[in-house]
Amino acid sequence: MGVKLLLEKANVPGIRTYDVYRREGGYAAAEKALKEMSIESIVEEVKKSGLRGRGGAGFPAGMKWSFIAKPEGVPRHLVCNADESEPGTFKDRYLMEFLPHLLIEGLLISSYALGSNDTYIYIRGEYAWVAQILEDAIIEATKNGWLGKNILGTGFDCMIHVHRGAGAYICGEETALIESLEGKRGNPRIKPPFPAIQGLWMRPTVVNNVETLAAVVPIIKMGGEEYAKIGVGRSTGTKLISACGNINKPGVYEIDMTISVEDFIYSDEYCGGIANGKKLKACIPGGSSVPILPANLLLKTAKGETRYMNYESLSDGGFATGSMMGSGGFIILDEDQCIVKNTLTLARFYRHESCGQCSPCREGTGWMEKILQKIELGKGESSDIDLLWDIQRKIEGNTICPLGDAAAWPVAAAIRHFRDEFEWHINNRALSQTSNFGLQHYADPIHVPA
Amino acid sequence: MSEQTLFKVTVDNITIEVPAGTTILQAARQIGGAVAPPAMCYYSKLEGTGGKCRTCLVEVSKGSEKDPRPMPKLVASCRTTVMDGMEVKNITSEKVIDARAAVVEFLLLNHPLDCPICDQAGECHLQDLSFEHGKADTRYEFQRRTFKKHDLGKHIQLHMTRCILCYRCVFIADQLTNKREHGILDRGDHTEIATHIEKSLGNEFIGNVIDVCPVGALTDKTFRFKNRVWFLKPMDAHRNCPTCSGRVTLWNRGDEVFRVTARKDEWGEIEDTPDGKPGWICNTCRFDKKHTNDWVIEGPREISRQSVIAQGHYAGNIGTTLPTEIFKAVNDGRAPHLLMDIHNESEVNLPSVRLSEIEGPSHGNTFNNNSTKA
Repeated sequence: MGVKLLLEKANVPGIRTYDVYRREGGYAAAEKALKEMSIESIVEEVKKSGLRGRGGAGFPAGMKWSFIAKPEGVPRHLVCNADESEPGTFKDRYLMEFLPHLLIEGLLISSYALGSNDTYIYIRGEYAWVAQILEDAIIEATKNGWLGKNILGTGFDCMIHVHRGAGAYICGEETALIESLEGKRGNPRIKPPFPAIQGLWMRPTVVNNVETLAAVVPIIKMGGEEYAKIGVGRSTGTKLISACGNINKPGVYEIDMTISVEDFIYSDEYCGGIANGKKLKACIPGGSSVPILPANLLLKTAKGETRYMNYESLSDGGFATGSMMGSGGFIILDEDQCIVKNTLTLARFYRHESCGQCSPCREGTGWMEKILQKIELGKGESSDIDLLWDIQRKIEGNTICPLGDAAAWPVAAAIRHFRDEFEWHINNRALSQTSNFGLQHYADPIHVPA
Repeated sequence: MSEQTLFKVTVDNITIEVPAGTTILQAARQIGGAVAPPAMCYYSKLEGTGGKCRTCLVEVSKGSEKDPRPMPKLVASCRTTVMDGMEVKNITSEKVIDARAAVVEFLLLNHPLDCPICDQAGECHLQDLSFEHGKADTRYEFQRRTFKKHDLGKHIQLHMTRCILCYRCVFIADQLTNKREHGILDRGDHTEIATHIEKSLGNEFIGNVIDVCPVGALTDKTFRFKNRVWFLKPMDAHRNCPTCSGRVTLWNRGDEVFRVTARKDEWGEIEDTPDGKPGWICNTCRFDKKHTNDWVIEGPREISRQSVIAQGHYAGNIGTTLPTEIFKAVNDGRAPHLLMDIHNESEVNLPSVRLSEIEGPSHGNTFNNNSTKA
């Protein structure tokens, strides 16, 4: 059994209610932070912990906190990004649904450290019942004196507001989220200025993922240095992985980032192997926007070393032979899955979710979808693969927000690693409509140059 | 007050000094010529515009004197402010030329390629942009996005099919009128500029959306299809208008006023009035005053944008000599302003004919006669 910090108490009956959560040692970290620690020392502990943003980019949370501007007389805000819309990612939902008070405790500590008197949870509209759970928990916490005015007699006021999104993936991008929270159209802002300087209502703002903020609780409880000892290298602490796809045991797992990818997929404690006795073909290890990897490159790096479930190891080899930890949406594809169809599904998603503000993403995502649709329907031509490659290359890096990159990477990686399958679709138009390319050589051991 | 801090910035090997807070695009415009990146969505007179179309992407090869690291990605020059000692590559960077060609391709994906029947042809920014940076043919083989034409009141027509979603008309309605009545609906490639429930735009300054629209999406119904802009002679004129500055450009054929627009500078933006405010004009001046005797004519207007009307006669600050050579070197020997050649080959509008040099109004035989004087 690996270390569990966040989901340790998730199975205690009634943990969703304040009384049980408190009895199980909840709000002890908040008490410690507010009564015994200074603001600087909380930020220092988070820095020491090496906690990296769990939303996808993996930016060190402590560093993000230290960037926040502190002009006199201007309120600051903490915003919790619960707009978890990345296909394949559902860890935040699990956390909020079963441990709402853990998030509130994390928010309280973080709000205290950042000086935010009005803290917002921006939750995606589809999580309607989760928003209700959070609101109920906030009422409970307020009744028991953990939110509201003069918390624990420290003179610190804090209120948490739940804001429901209207179902847009783009509002998970921090500046689009801020725009949406202000009641405007969810278009990402052009940076700079960054939210830490001018965010919500032009006030200094920190936007953090649900899991990042929840992880502040164990950090305060055990101390930053102790937390940093869990995990490996710069991948400290534990990470929630939402595993899905063709596996025996889909679900949310907490890992300590020292486990190998192979163990994670095949051990009974986690995914429990590929479903129906099939073979592993490919995997998208960090949510739909990160590059897809074929089985051979997933389990071993290009150098032939074992790949582990952590930030560094998953991105080993760059985009040429590696991928990203991303948001932890671990999607497994077995030998019966068609990569062309999978890529089309993703391309369709990004076309649908592009905000339409900047031209490369607005037009390019639609173009990619149409070409992939053409290939999938058995009408592709050999020039289409190069055209797709060219389009994704011209979207990547030329857009306002990372959605352009997120739309380009899956297409790029699919062509990079599964070009054979695309070519097979184009050369066997009729056959591709009735049968599948199958596993082929994608699980064969890769040749490692000496 | 202390003196304004000046920052040294180098664009395509030409160094100038600009006040702190200037954007790269503004600095490049001060140099002028082909050094200035094209801009489809940025409009200096409107707050908050820019960053969307990505045509003004430039490469920052040196961040500043203090931090000389280059910026990892191409940046939108309209929204990036200069730092002291910054070095910027615009048309001297192959990356930029490549990215810009890509942006042009993206912008043209869902844009109809029917300039011959478009009212904006001849003064269209997208037409100029695709001439300078685009490819001759399209790689797009699918059906394009189309919309029905909408009448936004009796003077303005919206044809979303041509729209490139620069958001300028939304910003201008926000900043110039009391209550914005149109906005953006939906997202992605099915985004639409609309009034939601079909209605007319009532504000007396709303006609300016036609002037800021870079393409033929918003057009003047009092002028639509009456004439080609390059057959008209622009004349500066003014009248004593109670609501606006009354400083306009009249577009004449003979003595007839075909249309009235605000005065535009070489970047296609509204010129400032002498008091330093943008010279937006009111609907009365634009749509109702169509007689020469409504106006005091000041004289012919030089159109110095590199469009069909300007006939390639660019009148910038430094000129195009040096960057043009570099541009050719990185762009397969292509000159930036091909339109000049078009005029040499076309018989409709000879390069020897300069409308602004003709005394008095222009007539039909101005264009039929091969002499420079009518």
